[in-house]
Amino acid sequence: MINERNLPILATLLVFILLYGYGVYEYKGFRDTLVFSNLLTDNAFLIITAIGMTFVILSGGIDLSVGSMIAFVGVLMAYLISTAGIHPLFAIAIALLVGVAFGTLMGIIIAFFEIQAFIVTLAGMFLFRGLAYLINLDAVPISHPFITGLSDVYLPLPGRGGLTFIAMAMLVLLIIGILIARRTRFGMSVYALGGDSHSAALLGVPVKKTVIKIYALSGFYSAMSGVIFAIYTGSAYPLAAVGVELDAIAAVVIGGTLLTGGVGYVFGTFLGGMIQGIIQTLITFDGSLNSWWTKLAVGGLLLFFILLQKGIVMWVKKRSAA
Amino acid sequence: MSYLIKATSVVEEAQGAPRPLLEINHLSKSFTGVQALNGVSLQVQSGEIRALLGENGAGKSTLIKVLTGVYPRDSGEIVLDGRLMSASDSGHAQRLGISTVYQEVNLIPTMSVMENLTLQHQEKTFGLISWKKAEIRARELLAQVGLDIDPLRQLDTYSIAIQQLVAIARALSTQAKMLILDEPTASLDSDEIQQLFALMRRLKAEGLGIIFVTHFLDQVYSITDSITVLRNGECVGTFQTAELTRSELVSHMVGKSLEDLTPTAHDHSIQRERADLLQLNNVGKQRYLQPLDLRIAAGEIVGVAGLLGSGRTELCELAYGSVKADQGDVTLGKHSLTKSSLRRAIQVGMGYCPEDRKQDGIVAELSVRENMILALQASRGWWSPISMAEQQHLVEDMIQRLAIKTSDMDKPIGELSGGNQQKVILARWLITHPALLILDEPTRGIDIGAHHEIIHIIKELCEQGMGLLVASSELEELVLFAHRVVVMKDHQKIAELHGEDVSEQAILRQIAS
Repeated sequence: MINERNLPILATLLVFILLYGYGVYEYKGFRDTLVFSNLLTDNAFLIITAIGMTFVILSGGIDLSVGSMIAFVGVLMAYLISTAGIHPLFAIAIALLVGVAFGTLMGIIIAFFEIQAFIVTLAGMFLFRGLAYLINLDAVPISHPFITGLSDVYLPLPGRGGLTFIAMAMLVLLIIGILIARRTRFGMSVYALGGDSHSAALLGVPVKKTVIKIYALSGFYSAMSGVIFAIYTGSAYPLAAVGVELDAIAAVVIGGTLLTGGVGYVFGTFLGGMIQGIIQTLITFDGSLNSWWTKLAVGGLLLFFILLQKGIVMWVKKRSAA
Repeated sequence: MSYLIKATSVVEEAQGAPRPLLEINHLSKSFTGVQALNGVSLQVQSGEIRALLGENGAGKSTLIKVLTGVYPRDSGEIVLDGRLMSASDSGHAQRLGISTVYQEVNLIPTMSVMENLTLQHQEKTFGLISWKKAEIRARELLAQVGLDIDPLRQLDTYSIAIQQLVAIARALSTQAKMLILDEPTASLDSDEIQQLFALMRRLKAEGLGIIFVTHFLDQVYSITDSITVLRNGECVGTFQTAELTRSELVSHMVGKSLEDLTPTAHDHSIQRERADLLQLNNVGKQRYLQPLDLRIAAGEIVGVAGLLGSGRTELCELAYGSVKADQGDVTLGKHSLTKSSLRRAIQVGMGYCPEDRKQDGIVAELSVRENMILALQASRGWWSPISMAEQQHLVEDMIQRLAIKTSDMDKPIGELSGGNQQKVILARWLITHPALLILDEPTRGIDIGAHHEIIHIIKELCEQGMGLLVASSELEELVLFAHRVVVMKDHQKIAELHGEDVSEQAILRQIAS
């Protein structure tokens, strides 16, 4: 089903293949599966956050609170495990519940008081960061045999690479995200809201309920990302993941989702996150470039995708008018 | 659709006489001071096509929105198929059996036809949507309305007419007992309208009740069984279509007899010694409009005729300057406007009411007052604000002069009916005291009463010495007031008719030549 709406994600795929192909061509080390599996692990928390963000952006909204949520959940987990002595499994469950609860609350405010998501989630962003500091001012290690056990889970791949627990968790969450987006009524309601919220209401889409669920889902995914981030770094720090909300938005847009909502795919977001990772890896392999070149490349790509989408939208409009 | 036939036959057996499918009893609804519906009662049988007619602001839209649960009602009851119903929202109304298709296609443009057709009704296997089943269902629904299109394609890649039929297909998918069609023909051509009518007849045979809202009386007489007329929120009456003459219908709608409405014969002649107000010298733009000359004197109305896409709107846009010509000169009075900004054009006395009211004309969220003040404010410059007292005075005056129906001047203009919105836009320009006013389709989509009022206003303005350029697709309207008519075809001016020559036949002959 190749049509004009699939062009952005095809472009994303092309960029991904070109970048990866360039790496393979230029650097011997790039050919090993290790590079790919490291990409999955190192970008897992960003991709997980971005999956939740995809739903938000598809519906025409935005969620700026996700970066702070990651830090808050990490610090909360560290507190529950180290200070309160709760088993990590319960700590994770509590952290996720808190994430969903905060997401739901923001959703309720957005839906019922009809306040822009930008402002509500901006408030959430400051609030969660503040709450993180309230619990702990410094970086603390999260050490527990269970967490170490999780870090040790490893599924070897041919070559030197292998899937870590983190990578596997991300892939599972990715599949769940894709199913929710394309195979549930809620998912279709999200697309409908982003396409035309007025029409969606007339077509019988429960608008307010859907909006609340969207921010609850984003809350879940960012809390999950916080958990993964804590396992990944083995520590918690209230200043962690500053600016990740913007990286996540970039991943979603580079992944081909229209910022105005209604068009896009969760899988595209995965590619968008991976592309950011590849750029970083390429710059590391090069060795001579400063890591800020990553930002430069991501900025350029972002601009390219926004222009590409605008071009496609204008082209479709012109063609259907003819 | 067999369940429909079954449902009605059961009712008939049980009761002997057919019970109405839809019964509305003493329905009332008011918005902050304006009684939009006042004790409206009507009944629709199954297998009946009912026209719902009335002027703008008569309460048609409100009635439909109350029926479908978009607005809550103040009092009264709605009985559908023997059961008291009270829809809480549009989705609920659909589940209860009332589906609505609106004039503006209310589907999701960014989703595929299939996704639109099955939204909220997707069949699932193991808790997940089955797109295979959805596609089968979508094809069934499309077949029902006689559409053979690819359901997997994006909705907005199809024409508005097809989108409208998809909307009807969707409305039928929800086990509808009542179908409400709210001006569905506004964007369809005559073949497409026939296709729609064939579909309506089939649905009628299957026992569906249909409420059909339209501005076109021809369509009322060719498809409906009966007519309900609303006026000022009250039900004037319900009539059998076959027994009601057009003139009776029109007088019911406007509350006056037709003789009062028919404008008197118009004198096309005008003293040509008057100085030209607007001069277009060889004005044109590549791939937009062939260069042409045009002159309009003060106190003269020049009509622009032509088929859709002939260049009517293009001429208006170039004359006003919202699209810049790439050759030729535009002069208004003593001022050359060839290279000036729109603000300058407004300052020296140009005014323009565009064709697409919703897109180019009104700012729906702003109030009547704010919408009306816009052009005057723009011409004075934003750094010299108009005082509230002056604004209120100006707006009050215009509301009275043009008989604009609104509860107060601070109501969002989006809540007004089409005819009243058009009057507000007209007023917007009138308060700038333009020397020349350009009107593109000033009577599009508004009812007969408002229609005549606007034509009356146009004539009055002309008598006061204003020059007018009026583009319209309705020839009988143009010949009523125009002193001269410019005929457009294929983006060029093909004729200019004067005085005695201005007649519908003459214009048609030119277009057909």
